[in-house]
Amino acid sequence: MKLELSARPDADEWLPVCDVDALTPGRGMAALLPDGRQAALFRDRAGRLYAIDNRDPFTGAQVLARGLIGTVGGRPFVASPLLKQRFDLETGRCLDDDEVTVAVFPVRAA
Amino acid sequence: MPHTPGAADPNQPTIVLVGHGMVGQRFLEALAERGVTARARVVVLCEEPRPAYDRVQLTSYFSGKTPDDLSLVPEGFMTEHGIELYTGDPAVSVDREARTVTARSGAIFPYDSLVLATGSYPFVPPVPGKEATGCFVYRTIEDLLAIEEYAKGARTGAVVGGGLLGLEAAGALKGLGLETHIVEFAPRLMPVQVDEGGGAALLRTIEGMGLSVHTGVGTQEVVAGDGGAVSGMKLSDGSELATDLVVFSAGVRPRDQLGRDCGLEIGERGGIVVDERCRTSDPAVFAIGECALAADGRVYGLVAPGYEMALTAADTITGQEASFTGADTSTKLKLLGVDVASFGDAHGTAEGCLDVVYSDSRSGIYKKLVVAADGALLGGVLVGDADSYGMLRPLTGSVPPVSPEQLVLPAGAGAPAALGPESLPDDAVICSCHNVSKGAICEHTTLPEVKKCTKAGTGCGSCVKVIQQLLPKTGDGGLCGCFPKTRQELYEIVQVLRITSYAELLDRYGREEAKGGEGCEVCKPTVASILASLSNGYILDGEQSALQDTNDHFLANIQKNGSYSIVPRIPGGEITPEKLIVIGEVAKDFGLYTKITGAQRIDMFGARVEQLPAIWARLVEAGFESGHAYGKALRTVKSCVGQTWCRYGVQDSVRMAIDLELRYRGLRAPHKLKSAVSGCQRECAEAQGKDFGIIATANGWNLYVGGNGGATPRHADLLAKDLSDAELIRLIDRFLMYYIRTAERLERTAPWIERVGFDHVREVVVEDSLGIGEELDALMARHVADFRDEWAETLNDPERLRRFVSFVNAPETPDPTVQFVPERDQMKPNLTILTLEGVSAR
Ligand code: SRM
Ligand SMILES: Cc1cc2nc3c(=O)[nH]c(=O)nc-3n(C[C@H](O)[C@H](O)[C@H](O)COP(=O)(O)OP(=O)(O)OC[C@H]3O[C@@H](n4cnc5c(N)ncnc54)[C@H](O)[C@@H]3O)c2cc1C
Ligand code: SF4
Ligand code: FES
Repeated sequence: MKLELSARPDADEWLPVCDVDALTPGRGMAALLPDGRQAALFRDRAGRLYAIDNRDPFTGAQVLARGLIGTVGGRPFVASPLLKQRFDLETGRCLDDDEVTVAVFPVRAA
Repeated sequence: MPHTPGAADPNQPTIVLVGHGMVGQRFLEALAERGVTARARVVVLCEEPRPAYDRVQLTSYFSGKTPDDLSLVPEGFMTEHGIELYTGDPAVSVDREARTVTARSGAIFPYDSLVLATGSYPFVPPVPGKEATGCFVYRTIEDLLAIEEYAKGARTGAVVGGGLLGLEAAGALKGLGLETHIVEFAPRLMPVQVDEGGGAALLRTIEGMGLSVHTGVGTQEVVAGDGGAVSGMKLSDGSELATDLVVFSAGVRPRDQLGRDCGLEIGERGGIVVDERCRTSDPAVFAIGECALAADGRVYGLVAPGYEMALTAADTITGQEASFTGADTSTKLKLLGVDVASFGDAHGTAEGCLDVVYSDSRSGIYKKLVVAADGALLGGVLVGDADSYGMLRPLTGSVPPVSPEQLVLPAGAGAPAALGPESLPDDAVICSCHNVSKGAICEHTTLPEVKKCTKAGTGCGSCVKVIQQLLPKTGDGGLCGCFPKTRQELYEIVQVLRITSYAELLDRYGREEAKGGEGCEVCKPTVASILASLSNGYILDGEQSALQDTNDHFLANIQKNGSYSIVPRIPGGEITPEKLIVIGEVAKDFGLYTKITGAQRIDMFGARVEQLPAIWARLVEAGFESGHAYGKALRTVKSCVGQTWCRYGVQDSVRMAIDLELRYRGLRAPHKLKSAVSGCQRECAEAQGKDFGIIATANGWNLYVGGNGGATPRHADLLAKDLSDAELIRLIDRFLMYYIRTAERLERTAPWIERVGFDHVREVVVEDSLGIGEELDALMARHVADFRDEWAETLNDPERLRRFVSFVNAPETPDPTVQFVPERDQMKPNLTILTLEGVSAR
């Protein structure tokens, strides 16, 4: 099973990134996209996949893939490893600052 | 500063503020809060070269705060509210007839309302020689910069005045490395705040710190040597004091000159006379803060009453009812590290009042409460231990729920558990700086929220402890949103039920709504640490690897640009030249920045994640192992050179430090653990600032526990004396294991000891009062036997090495945003590239 990601959601293009098993459940990995952006990929305990922009908007560093994931109020999130702000994995919204969001990429296992 | 005044809309009213100090800034905030800034032109004339800063915290400049840290003006505040601020341009005259203010630059500003907030100036007694080079006052950042510069060429300093500010200045001089004298005319230190007993306790403690105090003598003359620089002082008792630098701190006087010159009514002893609404004798002119003589006939030298006046003036200008009729002059300070507080009727002037006094000259503690005949608390003085200030001040005026004797006795000496702030009435003022009541605080649930909405806790900070006690605990005291249990409870569950997986623990003992979920960033590393300290499994194995913080996951410390730092273990700080060369070569070959750390080791910064295994391969080959700088684990055991070389040493501190570091390396704990061993009581290894510290004696070792650096430093307590090597190690084993078992998440040994009580810890560890000694010994024995170096194991396992890549789909490609630029012959992170895209860093 491959993890596929859509970097351009409007174009219905799916980019194969890696084996799903390359991701440890509960942990993330970064991927380099063709246009130079970086995605943070995650797989949770139940096997669900998520991808958001890897760039931590608070520090500018490309590190979100190295954060810990969790669930709050039923929603999946990742906490930045630098200053610990949390981001919703499905919407990209920062849970600790209303004004900040990161991009979300559609992902699927195929 | 060039500017063109008068350009604003002529129909808009203009408010001119003269003086941008603490009270001036509070006034501007009050205008903004009331929406005045949107409809009026607001002009500020500021004499100092910088906008308002926290004068109360001035001395913290010497402990590392920069002038920017001290600023009171939130970023963007002036632009956001369209306030015109002219720094370095004081007002020189006021024409009340024409309603204009003239600044030094020549600019003339018309006003509808004028607010004077010019503060005070330090009073310099008219002694001959007071103008000599090397004489200073202590009021502004510029004063501090000048003192700091001059002190570089000085050996001795003297402070004239032993009041609150004088002691603060003396502390600063001492901190600058000067031999410091305090000359006070009154018979005791801090004559205004403390009584004779308090002054005596203060004197003993301050002399104990190595300062020389001369009370009951005046300064008659400052003697200048060749070139006009200070060389000494003549005192009223005929003696002469040699000194290179003099700081006058003999009180302050209101800066009322501007008011005098334009004919406003001035008090007999200075101060611009104002009424209850802070209006001067000209109703278009207000005076607030230290320059004002308030309606109750007093000039207040504290910031809290100034803030109240600022609010009163702002209300009056906006047509609201407000009055300032006087204020509490309670103070709590940390002077030279000694807590001093006085509140209410501290000197017991009320008729028929009684004193309750507790005095312990050995430890420099003096507490006095003044109580009325009906039992109501009227005021008090606390020296040496002012922890109860936050509780006692709001109780002033009422009859406390326990007897006054119990209120002054130290905990453990027959006093009941300190009475908590729950017992206070809702209208009790908790934050006296911003006049915020308990009721107002209890409307909020977190400290940041309280600070933002009520400003409580943002002044002197002395009320923060009580505020925290008033806020709701995280619901049921559970660890986080996932577990209703504390760390200690989870530890017991894991131990007794032999649970080995996080998922199992969460699904069985988690909150209903969290079961089956992912957990969170709080409980995952906490449970990982419990599992590690109980089962000694390699921490990157299996499910555990997903629980660790990024640092534990990559066995290195993440830095601001996403690169990592590497700290190999250097036990006891002892290292061979060969190993030093290896570190140098590795750093050179991988282009790393190197720095000696504060804990006797070497840190190499700037490694990308995919470089970590290659770097460690070189280090492991040379005989290094992980230093656990990334873990909540033992960090280092620092040592001094000890008996082997040092002429004073009485034991081999280096050997002991190495033994201890190797014994406890890798031990996972609720927070990091630090240690040090000193070879004699000169204490060059700073053992008393460590979680467990050891000082050699002629007969063995003294063991200290619960020391801490960081933001809330704590001196360690002596747990046991003159121990043999074996006794020492056994006590440390038990101490550490008992801490690991019972502490809360991220609770260092210092707050843990404060919470559970030092006597309790001593009983459990030394006397085995719980009968768990052998169990603790066994746990530690297992840790010692099972220790394996995490990096050596990682390098031997291809599966574990897989995670050390920047990109899962491009393992060989380095992260292009991790870049460096040169600095001082090495390199530092290139942060510019990080700010290029998206929301910028903040
Ligand atoms: C590297 C070093 C500074 C230096 O260049 O000298 C350092 C660097 C950091 N310290 Fe420290 N501390 C360093 C010695 C100290 C010391 C001095 C000492 O150990 O003798 C102290 C005061 C002593 C103490 O801990 O009681 C110290 C008190 C802290 C604290 C406050 C702890 C507290 O209990 O209040 C923190 C914050 C924390 O751990 O929560 C901290 C946290 C940190 C962190 C981990 C902050 C972070 O999360 O990024 C820094 C990691 C740097 C890195 O990536 O390597 N560092 N830090 C020192 C490493 C020593 C070593 O070889 O392991
Ligand atoms: C070292 C130190 C420690 C202190 N510790 C405490 C404490 O623990 N607790 C406490 O409550 N208080 C403390 N204080 C006192 C506290 O700082 C003052 O009460 C407070 O700053 C008063 O505010 P203010 O605005 O009235 O005066 P200031 O903060 O002095 O501000 C007045 C400003 O007006 C300016 N100014 C004067 N004349 C003119 C003019 N003609 N034109 C333009 N500008 C002018 C001055 O340069 C100054 O910047 C401390 C003071 C010092 C120096
Ligand atoms: S945590 Fe330590 S190393 Fe980092 S900035 Fe603060 S003091 Fe310096
Ligand atoms: S009492 Fe000073 S900040 Fe609250």
